[in-house]
Amino acid sequence: MKFRLALKGAALAVATSVAGMAMAEDPTKVGFVYVGPIGDGGWTYQHDQGRLAVEAEFGDKVETIFQESVPEGADSERVMTQMALAGADIIFTTSFGYMDATNAVAAKFPDVKFEHATGYKRLHPNVATYDSRFYEGRAVLGHIAGKMTETNKIGYIASFPIPEVIQGINSYFLHAQKVNPDVELTVIWVYTWFDPAKEADAAKAMIEQGVDVITQHTDSTAPLAEMAKTDGIIGFGQASDMGEYKPAPRVASIIDNWNPYYIKRVKAVMDGTWEQGHSWGGMAEGEVVIGEITGPVPDDLKAEAMGMVEAITAGDYHPFTGPIMKQDGSVFLAEGEVATDEQLVTMDFYIQGITGEIPN
Amino acid sequence: MIRLEKRPNPSRLWTALTPVLAVLLTMIAGGILFAILGKDPFEAIRTIFWDPLFNEQFAAFSRPQLLVKAGPLILIAIGLSLGFRAGIWNIGAEGQYILGAVCGAAVGLAFYPSESPFIFPLMVIAGALGGWAWAMIPAVLKIKFGTNEILVSLMLVYVAEKLLASMALGALRNPEGGGFPGSRNLSQHPGTDNPELIAGTGLHWGVATAFIAVILAYILLNRHILGYQIKLAGQAPRAARFAGVNPNLLIAICLGLSGALAGLAGLFEVSGPAGQISIDFNSGYGFTAIIVAFLGRLHPVGILLAGLLMALTYIGGELAQFMLGLPAAAIQAFQGMLLFFLLGLDVLSNYRIRLTGFAAKGAS
Repeated sequence: MKFRLALKGAALAVATSVAGMAMAEDPTKVGFVYVGPIGDGGWTYQHDQGRLAVEAEFGDKVETIFQESVPEGADSERVMTQMALAGADIIFTTSFGYMDATNAVAAKFPDVKFEHATGYKRLHPNVATYDSRFYEGRAVLGHIAGKMTETNKIGYIASFPIPEVIQGINSYFLHAQKVNPDVELTVIWVYTWFDPAKEADAAKAMIEQGVDVITQHTDSTAPLAEMAKTDGIIGFGQASDMGEYKPAPRVASIIDNWNPYYIKRVKAVMDGTWEQGHSWGGMAEGEVVIGEITGPVPDDLKAEAMGMVEAITAGDYHPFTGPIMKQDGSVFLAEGEVATDEQLVTMDFYIQGITGEIPN
Repeated sequence: MIRLEKRPNPSRLWTALTPVLAVLLTMIAGGILFAILGKDPFEAIRTIFWDPLFNEQFAAFSRPQLLVKAGPLILIAIGLSLGFRAGIWNIGAEGQYILGAVCGAAVGLAFYPSESPFIFPLMVIAGALGGWAWAMIPAVLKIKFGTNEILVSLMLVYVAEKLLASMALGALRNPEGGGFPGSRNLSQHPGTDNPELIAGTGLHWGVATAFIAVILAYILLNRHILGYQIKLAGQAPRAARFAGVNPNLLIAICLGLSGALAGLAGLFEVSGPAGQISIDFNSGYGFTAIIVAFLGRLHPVGILLAGLLMALTYIGGELAQFMLGLPAAAIQAFQGMLLFFLLGLDVLSNYRIRLTGFAAKGAS
């Protein structure tokens, strides 16, 4: 028992001295914990692009380490601890489900900075959270979907019923409905961020129901591969450009660009100016990017979509601007009223016109 | 020519030797794989098998983690091995693990915010019952209607996953969680927590229970009439019938027991290392335990060692990923090789390899 404790103490001493040395002369060590494989072509791929951007920006001054396909729960806690023990100065944990684990490990390593993507818990001064305003991109896709659908049926492959996803569904439908009052939305919940087989099944089921424009809130390219099998079905790249499905079925995409944020935060650690906070960047910060709008979309519609991007980027237009009714007919936003961030991050209802219920 | 000749009895020597040989072959084949990926194979093997145990930077943390990871694997595999020995195939331990966690957590949450010391024992009972009940579905269907327990128990895993998602989003959702899925944290609340029993060792109630299960299973199989019946039913079902073994009772006992143990594993995990019910709380322990059971030769002590070895490849594999930049898929392939070599080498315990020339052919 005593021997064990002594060992533990020695190891901790080594770990801290390693961390101490890292600050003095060694490169800044940056860790990334990924929920999917870096080759998923979507969510994790984009985070890994951010990691590479950090390497490109700082060269020898940084060393990055990463671990892919880390299950949420006890496993992620162990991976983070091992990274901290390996001398990481800052660790980015890139999935919502890592929230409790990130905070638990942060408590044990007060000198290591932790950045948790899409979460809201910052229980310790060394935990920050960050997210992107994906709903801004969904608004543009919704506009394109509403104009492009011929069957007036559009689809949304949804992952988990959390506010971030519900924002996306509402924003997508709201802007489709604005340009096409007859449009109907089908939502299929797959309860996964990355499962090519399930995602493809969802796309297939929608196509069989007559849906001809599909967007997804999951990370693989499988739905696009499924859409490519049928003529006239279009979809969008999610998280990354998914350019291999250009010009159709992929006619546009929402690209998560984490590069500016990662570079900024690693710089802050190097300069010793890192502070806890919550970052929620969107088009204005360059974090949400609409990928090239391709062929099947006519030029005038393309121009409209680009106009929306400009307006959102400039801050002239907020996708959630009233009047907007909730599904039950009550008022969400009055005429001209703009949703607050607080209203958005707690969003747990559909807007008027969406049929079906949010599972709970 | 190489000829396989069936041994009259499985070779005891080879039965004991093949797991060691399988590990060595996995190291060699894995080393070649890592070399092809451009990594130093010796460093990779050392990182996987040596660093978690002896590297001074990591060992103090990863050694206890070995127990945390191996505990549920051993506990589930012990239960499965009893059924597997009797020819009763419970493939759905993952589902029983989920149900154990959900039922146990539900009991704990029902008493929230009480911190009474009686809550945890109740949760343990609920967890075992939850797993037991879920496993009794394939058992009853098999006894009454002759359904295939492999299919039924496997399909019930998917039902359990949906149930888990529904619980995380609905009934068990943390009312103070801002609408996000997931229950309250059980491991951070006194009364519902399953803490480390001795600080810094990783030894929680689940690991202790796994060790006890190993001992009890050993006694059961070697000293008890039920253990004899289980072995007999697996080796000679007809003879077992003549010897008065009630096959239906055996099905109920084996499936029920393995379900209860899997349920316990789930409960200890949700109240300890995992901490909360979440949509994807289960991370495959129920399926990995099948590998552990076979890797351990369905023998209690073998399962204990196999569980620890499996945990070592997980934890060492993680180290290798971020220390050496090995892809996760290479680590999974490495783990797959282990099972592949083990099952492949099984041939040696049941068959003898004969090198026969033309002379032998002529003689026959």
